[in-house]
Amino acid sequence: MSTFLTEETTQVTEAAVSTRLSSLDALESEAIHIIREVVAEFEKPALLFSGGKDSVVMLHLATKAFWPGKVPFPVLHVDTGHNFPEVIDFRDRTVERLGLKLVVGSVQEFIDRGELAERADGTRNPLQTVPLLDAISQNKFDAVFGGGRRDEDKARAKERILSLRDEFGQWDPRNQRPELWNLYNGRHTVGQHVRAFPISNWTELDIWRYIERENIELPGLYYAHDREVFARDGMWRAVGEVSQPLPHEEVIVKTVRYRTVGDMSCTGAVESDAATVSDVVIEVAASTITERGATRADDRISEAAMEDRKKDGYF
Amino acid sequence: MSTNANLHGITAELETALPTTLFRFATAGSVDDGKSTLVGRLLHDSKAILADTLDAVARTSADRGFGGSAGGIDLALLTDGLRAEREQGITIDVAYRYFATDQRSFILADCPGHVQYTKNTVTGASTADAVVVLIDARKGVLEQTRRHLSVLQLLRVAHVIVAVNKIDLVDFSESVFREIQADVQQVARELGIGAAALGTADHIDDLLVIPVSALDGDNVVDRSERTPWYDGPALLEVLETLPAADEIDTQLESFRFPVQLVIRPQGALAPDAVAGGLDVEAYRDYRAYAGQITEGSVKVGDKVSVLTPGQAARTTTVTGIDFAGESLQEAFAPQSVAIRLAEEFDVARGDTIAAAGTFPESTADLYAALCWLSPKPLREGAKVLVKHGTRTVQALVRSVSGKLDLATFKLEGASSLELNDIGHAQLRLAAPLPLENYLHHRRTGAFLVIDPLDGNTLAAGLVKDHPGDHEDERYSI
Repeated sequence: MSTFLTEETTQVTEAAVSTRLSSLDALESEAIHIIREVVAEFEKPALLFSGGKDSVVMLHLATKAFWPGKVPFPVLHVDTGHNFPEVIDFRDRTVERLGLKLVVGSVQEFIDRGELAERADGTRNPLQTVPLLDAISQNKFDAVFGGGRRDEDKARAKERILSLRDEFGQWDPRNQRPELWNLYNGRHTVGQHVRAFPISNWTELDIWRYIERENIELPGLYYAHDREVFARDGMWRAVGEVSQPLPHEEVIVKTVRYRTVGDMSCTGAVESDAATVSDVVIEVAASTITERGATRADDRISEAAMEDRKKDGYF
Repeated sequence: MSTNANLHGITAELETALPTTLFRFATAGSVDDGKSTLVGRLLHDSKAILADTLDAVARTSADRGFGGSAGGIDLALLTDGLRAEREQGITIDVAYRYFATDQRSFILADCPGHVQYTKNTVTGASTADAVVVLIDARKGVLEQTRRHLSVLQLLRVAHVIVAVNKIDLVDFSESVFREIQADVQQVARELGIGAAALGTADHIDDLLVIPVSALDGDNVVDRSERTPWYDGPALLEVLETLPAADEIDTQLESFRFPVQLVIRPQGALAPDAVAGGLDVEAYRDYRAYAGQITEGSVKVGDKVSVLTPGQAARTTTVTGIDFAGESLQEAFAPQSVAIRLAEEFDVARGDTIAAAGTFPESTADLYAALCWLSPKPLREGAKVLVKHGTRTVQALVRSVSGKLDLATFKLEGASSLELNDIGHAQLRLAAPLPLENYLHHRRTGAFLVIDPLDGNTLAAGLVKDHPGDHEDERYSI
């Protein structure tokens, strides 16, 4: 890295300057603009960071937005207690590497205190809303960055980049502010907060191409590996402490990878030989099934599963 | 031209090798003109709909006894995202959809056409490179069509394409199509839509009018054999080849850069950058201005002016353009970068860096066209907030000088504006802003009007020149 101090000593990238950005560069610039707007206009933002690929891309964008300074906000993780151990390990290493503060909201603690009840199906994903809203109000976060993308789900497709939440964290889809040009209106009253989705316009393929281009590290379970699994609800579920097969469910070893990383208890693996990021880009480009449809039991409950969770304050 | 065979997803390696560009477009139409179906058709035929989504839509279609084509699938269901929309069969809010071809990645803002059409169309069109307006071939040009075209002209959308839909229901009749085409062009002439009136470039000779059947797919992705009298391109071909808005007006003279924040890490350098070999001593006093270039381009060594409202412009030289550890020689809209300047000026959020000598004086008198987007009406004497670039100031509404009749394009007297009205108003700002005419500066000529009480967005504002020196009197908006 050369010094910036004088023109003479500045090393200049000799790339030919095109007058048109590639779609990835345009999406990156848009996301960085939004991240900087939120940091400039809000008192206390935080970034939701699960170690999942979208939140890893969000954090990478934040490091680029403020280079050579530190990312100027903490990261927030809602730990369901059902997370993959290697993802928690990845989360901790990333936070350490970037010198960030990590705030954890724990579903387990709420269950232990009797403030949340375990669901009959064992899934803890929908239980994240209460600890999330609690962490937001305890820490007085007024803006929370999320890695939500509009191509993920029909309800997300209608959500604004800056999405106002009321005192109860609720999203009101029929009463959203119009979002015009690149002018984002984040005004809110006491008790309200804003969810900010800077990568709203990215698709799953954009995410993977960007991970490839930027050489971004991800938890290993996004790439093909051998794992003990059993079949349930038409998905391959990992065997783990919180994800045990029933007596009739046969455990076998398969070469799998994860397209999304949520709880062990509701995230399915897909059979895949994609062991490198370029393999994954090719696989995603050719895929005929959406990532949530392929891998999330919680989104299969009804056509409006995500909409209902969002209205209650979910991510 | 594009065919299904070379669309998204077939040859990922090739796609990775050839970076695509981004193109944003919106759709606008009246109720029941088949807009959702057209959007569904574009997504379906460009293979952007994956199997599980299609299965879900097929199940719902079957439950409701839908008997159309596309294998009995109601394509409109692909875009209806909210429970109420699916239950009532209407579209409530702007939905964003994504698909890609070998040439381009598309962001589609699907704007519903019912009650809040102005709000939705203005929202979708504000970021669009092109807008597709739908007309039902059986109904022809409606008042709603005139209103849509009027709004698009007001916002100076770079390209307008009119899709005459349901051409199958008029037996693919050439005479019906030609009649509608002539009506559309008549409206366009009245409005001044087209290359000459846009005054920007000769990219469009006229409004493009395409006969389509969204239900059956004619002229949507592929040219149809059932309209032999139409020798123009299919809709997707047009969308793949039109220049994006920032390709049309990227030029050095108009470099504009609203400062979002100052990057000045002092001791707090990023640990990963330091671990990667960043020269800590050299970066101890680093200071750069972060923002997104809204217009034009900038090179290291360029003379620029720093505009701080209320102060005289200060001129200096660009000494560096940084992007996350890369030093760039040149940057252009819409890149997000950090700019270093020769002089240690006090520059802060809300200031604008612009090509030297090209920027107008800041002013506290704002003349504007307002698209009123709130159920709460605008009254003379109201106190509001104006958000322009990276600055928000208080403002007083001094007068409303008229309301546009969207059907006749004439300004009529009015002293208030209500939901979906477009009118002219004069505001007095609590602090001056570097305002520019929207006709020539889509970003620095745009602003939001915000309610100081609840923070809601009340209006989309377009800066006009002061009365008297307005150059576009013929079309009064």
